[in-house]
Amino acid sequence: MLSMSTNNLSYSDQGGTDSAVEVGQETTPTSSNAGAGFGLFSVDFKKNEDLKEMLESNKESLKLEAMKRVVGLIAKGKNASELFPAVVKNVASKNIELKKLVYVYLVRYAEEQQDLALLSISTFQRALKDPNQLIRASALRVLSSIRVPIIVPIMMLAIKEAASDMSPYVRKTSAHAIQKLYSLDQDQKELLIEVIEKLLKDKSTLVAGSVVMAFEEVCPDRIDLIHKNYRKLCNLLVDVEEWGQVVIISMLTRYARTQFTNPWKEEGVFDERNERAFYESDEEKTRDETEAKPYMMDPDHRLLLRNTKPLLQSRNTAVVMSVAQLYWHLAPKNEVSIITKSLVRLLRSHREVQYIVLQNIATMSIQRKGMFEPYMKSFYVRSTDATHIKSLKLEILTSLANEANISTILREFQTYVKSQDKQFAAGTIQAIGRCATNISEVTDTCLNGLVLLLSNRDETVVAESVVVIRKLLQIQPTQHSDIIKHMAQLFDNITVPMARASILWLMGEYCERVPKIAPDVLRKMAKSFTSEEDIVKLQTVNLAAKLYLTNSKQTKLLTQYILNLGKYDQNYDIRDRTRFIRQLIVPNDKNGALSKYAHRILLAPKPAPVLESAYKDRDRYQLGTLSHTINTKASGYLELSDWPAVAPDQSVRNVEVIEPEWAPSLGKTGKSKPAKSSDDKFYSDSGEEEEEKGSGSSSSEDGSSSSSEESGSDAESHVQKNSSQSSEESDKSSSQSEKSSSESDSEKKERKTKTPLQKKTVKPTAKDSRYLMKRAGPTSPKQHTKTIFVNVINQHSVLQTFSYSHWSTLCVSLFTQLCPLSLAFPLQVSGPAFVPEKSHDLLHRMTGKGLSAQYQFPRQPCLYQPTMVSVQISLTNTTDHPLEQIHIGDRSPTGLNMHCFNTIECLEPEASVTVFMGIDFNDSTQAANFQLCTKEDHFSVSIQPAIGELLLPITMTELDFRKEKGKLLGMNESSATITMAAENMTSQPISRPVATVANLGVVPSSQGNVHRFAGKTASSRAVVLVTVELRESSTALITINTEKSVMGSMLLRDLKLALAQA
Amino acid sequence: MIHSLFLVNSSGDIFLEKHWKSVVSRSVCDYFFEAQERASEPENVPPVIPTPHHYLISVLRHRIYFVAVIQSEVPPLFVIEFLHRVVDTFQDYFGVCTEAAIKDNVVVVYELLEEMLDNGFPLATESNILKELIKPPTILRTVVNTITGSTNVGEQLPTGQLSVVPWRRTGVKYTNNEAYFDVVEEIDAIIDKSGSTITAEIQGVIDACVKLTGMPDLTLSFMNPRLLDDVSFHPCVRFKRWEAERILSFIPPDGNFRLLSYHVSSQNLVAIPVYVKHNITFREGSSQGRFELTLGPKQTMGKGVEAVLVSSQLPRGVLNTNLNPTQGTYTFDPVTKLLSWDVGKINPQKLPSLKGSMSLQAGASKPDENPTINIQFKIQQSALSGLKVNRLDMYGEKYKPFKGIKYMTKAGKFQIATR
Repeated sequence: MLSMSTNNLSYSDQGGTDSAVEVGQETTPTSSNAGAGFGLFSVDFKKNEDLKEMLESNKESLKLEAMKRVVGLIAKGKNASELFPAVVKNVASKNIELKKLVYVYLVRYAEEQQDLALLSISTFQRALKDPNQLIRASALRVLSSIRVPIIVPIMMLAIKEAASDMSPYVRKTSAHAIQKLYSLDQDQKELLIEVIEKLLKDKSTLVAGSVVMAFEEVCPDRIDLIHKNYRKLCNLLVDVEEWGQVVIISMLTRYARTQFTNPWKEEGVFDERNERAFYESDEEKTRDETEAKPYMMDPDHRLLLRNTKPLLQSRNTAVVMSVAQLYWHLAPKNEVSIITKSLVRLLRSHREVQYIVLQNIATMSIQRKGMFEPYMKSFYVRSTDATHIKSLKLEILTSLANEANISTILREFQTYVKSQDKQFAAGTIQAIGRCATNISEVTDTCLNGLVLLLSNRDETVVAESVVVIRKLLQIQPTQHSDIIKHMAQLFDNITVPMARASILWLMGEYCERVPKIAPDVLRKMAKSFTSEEDIVKLQTVNLAAKLYLTNSKQTKLLTQYILNLGKYDQNYDIRDRTRFIRQLIVPNDKNGALSKYAHRILLAPKPAPVLESAYKDRDRYQLGTLSHTINTKASGYLELSDWPAVAPDQSVRNVEVIEPEWAPSLGKTGKSKPAKSSDDKFYSDSGEEEEEKGSGSSSSEDGSSSSSEESGSDAESHVQKNSSQSSEESDKSSSQSEKSSSESDSEKKERKTKTPLQKKTVKPTAKDSRYLMKRAGPTSPKQHTKTIFVNVINQHSVLQTFSYSHWSTLCVSLFTQLCPLSLAFPLQVSGPAFVPEKSHDLLHRMTGKGLSAQYQFPRQPCLYQPTMVSVQISLTNTTDHPLEQIHIGDRSPTGLNMHCFNTIECLEPEASVTVFMGIDFNDSTQAANFQLCTKEDHFSVSIQPAIGELLLPITMTELDFRKEKGKLLGMNESSATITMAAENMTSQPISRPVATVANLGVVPSSQGNVHRFAGKTASSRAVVLVTVELRESSTALITINTEKSVMGSMLLRDLKLALAQA
Repeated sequence: MIHSLFLVNSSGDIFLEKHWKSVVSRSVCDYFFEAQERASEPENVPPVIPTPHHYLISVLRHRIYFVAVIQSEVPPLFVIEFLHRVVDTFQDYFGVCTEAAIKDNVVVVYELLEEMLDNGFPLATESNILKELIKPPTILRTVVNTITGSTNVGEQLPTGQLSVVPWRRTGVKYTNNEAYFDVVEEIDAIIDKSGSTITAEIQGVIDACVKLTGMPDLTLSFMNPRLLDDVSFHPCVRFKRWEAERILSFIPPDGNFRLLSYHVSSQNLVAIPVYVKHNITFREGSSQGRFELTLGPKQTMGKGVEAVLVSSQLPRGVLNTNLNPTQGTYTFDPVTKLLSWDVGKINPQKLPSLKGSMSLQAGASKPDENPTINIQFKIQQSALSGLKVNRLDMYGEKYKPFKGIKYMTKAGKFQIATR
């Protein structure tokens, strides 16, 4: 356990602080650090030891080689998951190929190694802000492909941001990500629909296909979202990439079936006038006409048909097929035939394409023979065709057959019967049978031809002929007794059970026509009964029964003999049947009633079988779909609705206002909202802003934001109470923290002596900590662990110089007094329990050309906007000339809401000034990047908050705490058991290290061993509850309850470190 | 959409798998293997196989099955078309698409598959874009890579995906600017035993190899565009212009691509360029059969018929053959009963023939069926339909490109029934 957390630790180091201080990507190999760390794991997995070593080496080429081998393993389906830790740290590599391969690996295994996968998230988050659109896109692609439920909120945020990116390519990626997120967490549906709605408005052809795909996946029933975009989609269609076309066309097919009226009722009504109506887009007139005329095509319906038509020329077979099905389902009957030619063209394509196209043609040709008749020759079978293609072609040829062409088709069939492929020959015989039933003129010809086939040498051919002849004879049995005789003669030579059974049935059914032969056949059957197949036995019993009824004189004994054989047969069906027949036909006392009717039961005139296509009922499925191909409803199949009787209001598709183009100001890299606007809003409309955000971020927020509004509106009454309460609170807490800080002072000194070197030379950044570790070289794991600890200590500033500054005390009281002014303040926010005075470098004086800046979190509620976190920045001029006009310039991400400090007109040499900023981090640890500008220069800087700084302490009673906690169980709870450091158990109150890590308020507790802390997230006001329960043998259970589960897990990690460390 | 992809070789081993969503166990392929066992020929495996939880859609190319796993409704052609596109890309990259080639280049294959689909939805299938993302491996590059440690992955991010002309990259430069167009026509025919044509149709393609600097805008016009009955275009062709003027106007992709494929209207009579005289007989009761075949040119517009290859699947009863070709070589495989005769060029003065006897299984009755004869051939410098390119113009760039047009006719599925 300890070693595990050690590893995590080193990673969080890299992930967290690295970006906070240094924006540039640092790719110094992390070899020695990780090498020693993961050495602990290696005992279990010896297999890929060499790969692991290679991955951890310093050389790019070795790493790349190793990754290639790992990808090879994945490709073969071998398990390479144990390499995850070694692979994942290369995620930020500069080598593009290496990075890509790591992405491949990550996407494959992230699901299995969720905890470790989280370590890579920050890399992607950083890349999401990259100025290069392709890097942003690929980061989003991979981030959304990592199927780890805990990052759902992060994905959601990233998708939202990407959906309003300037680059259409990134927006396209975000459309893809929507589907991924939806499959990961269906609860996000509502929010995702909002994004889809937004992206549907997009005018880029790149985006259209992907967003419609997302629409189909997430909310195919929300047809109302399409109305306004319908015409745009129709017009864009030709320019969309081919795969998108397929998706859009099938969606529009469904749409059109719900919105337009049936064009098939009256043929050919469509005329010029309609066309004109479209161009004039004169709705009144169209509607009038609709009433006057029986059918008038909606101009939008026409638009769809017209715009899809050119796509029949696409090289992509899927596009052609989807246009074909659109015409089939939507076009007036007289226009459908334009698709024929294109479909026939597809038959030249690959075998698999042929198969699908033929299936669809088979369905179409049943309903509309005329469409494909001119192309009949294209369906002639070639000897090289695969069997399923041959049978489909037969199917189509049979459907196309009519009086005019039947002779040609039959001639063609004759050659097929002689085919070497016997299965195909058998199929042909069935097809001939179907032709014979459908076209009465040729029935006799066919029958004669089939009888000739009875002398064929191949058994399957003969058997099939017998079966088909039986069916044909049933249709017109009168004049064919000679055929029956002929078949009786053949009976001895035929061995195929189905054929024998068919002949026996024929004998029985028409025994009165062949009175001499039938008993003889029965005699033969009695001899061979025991060795026959079941189906033949059944028919023998059947024949015997029928003969007994009609000719009992000759066959009585034979029948009894057969019934006796059947009685003791092994098959229970035959035994049952025998028993039934015996009771039915042999008269005795008990069953007199039924046997009277035996003749009528057994020899009832039977309806002739209908020989029909297997494709007859396939038209219930939309053409071109998977369901149509497999003839069952595939999962996710969307029914094509029937035409509405009355067309719904067509004006819904009118787009009144031209939507603004994608304004560059919305873009990611472009200039963000002018700084002025945030100034303007300063006092006025925080409520409105919040509403905006509420709809924009996550559902959980809605409730809390509205509540804060509420409290804003009726603030008057609460304010007074609030201010007095909170000022009291702050006094208390400040004194408390003072005490704790003085306590820590002593400890601090101890520490200080231990780590003077690091403190002086090394700034607590991930870069440096890695650097440090590398220098430590090949150390034993134990030593190593220690080094890491020291770094973490630095990072979290736990044991650094925290003396409580006067300033912050001042601030607390100031702020609490100001509270009434910032109206939208929730009631219970209290002053911070403790303020660590740890400042981070914002701009080093070397990089800042003499301007140095440091920032720290004063843990004060922000004056400007309650959702912001306040940041204190100290600017120092280390040059020898005054710096003028220091202000904040461009920032990213653009959605970042930030309150800048006023421009500092002049900063004298050696002077320093402290200013305050408010940054709305939106409850994520994503760094806020912005530019610090002077008159001459501008420097890119970034602030990354620790998770604990995004919280505001609140006070509540223990009872309230429990109540709140009860609401946040299950998914919202994360907990861990840790081994507490000795001094944390004894000498120190547990509240101090907790308060150091996170800005939380202490909840008075009645139990000595349970400590409770409460806070709210700054931006979304989600309650965060922390419980630390001390147990025996210096273990402790940390439980965090919050609906922001990512924050919860991150906070948990930080707390674990803080409490377990020393 | 597409969940996973499995590559299965002819002996039924899965040698590559790729998942775009969560992992699907390879045991799903058992359903495929079942179908494969049931099928008599590799081609007879049904392309769509439903299983309890998934649907398997497969294509067979180069004796490799590409099996895609689908979880919900999707147009099957969408998947099939994509799989073929994958195979085409592999072929483009490695020259051949064999199991060995895929195994050797497994990393490139994986990188390609990763780029081609995102979450099962096609992302980049255009070969020009892919080649910018991932450079195809060549021997030279492999050597260079091993020495210098550079990679196959493009350092520069591609621009094509983002531009208005997604099929062409920007900044193309050539010292020799060339544009070649090959008009290739294939004739499909079924000819009955008496030599009369049952069906014959011509399908043609225009394959282009364009190596031009910058962003050229080309127009190609035909002497007789009316011949083209049904056409399908590369996405670069401006459809409106074709509709209005019957002119192909396009900004070409860089390198090789198929500009157009067309069907020659079936109203026109198709000239059959070769004839076959055959006499294949089996006598009842005798264990010998006679085999005679003579080929001759017919309506070839004065061009020679080359690369002629005759093949025929003889009846199962045939044990062996003893034939004499007047030219070329013939082979007979006694196991598969496949006779093939590599004729070469047809000399109109001395017609090639193949004569001799077949030995049949003693005692067996004479085979019912007579074999069909499949013929392959090529005719250079002529398009059978008579399609002619009128002119090729270039706009948008200043240099003068070298232009070339080549015509060729090939046999497609050319079958002759002997009974």
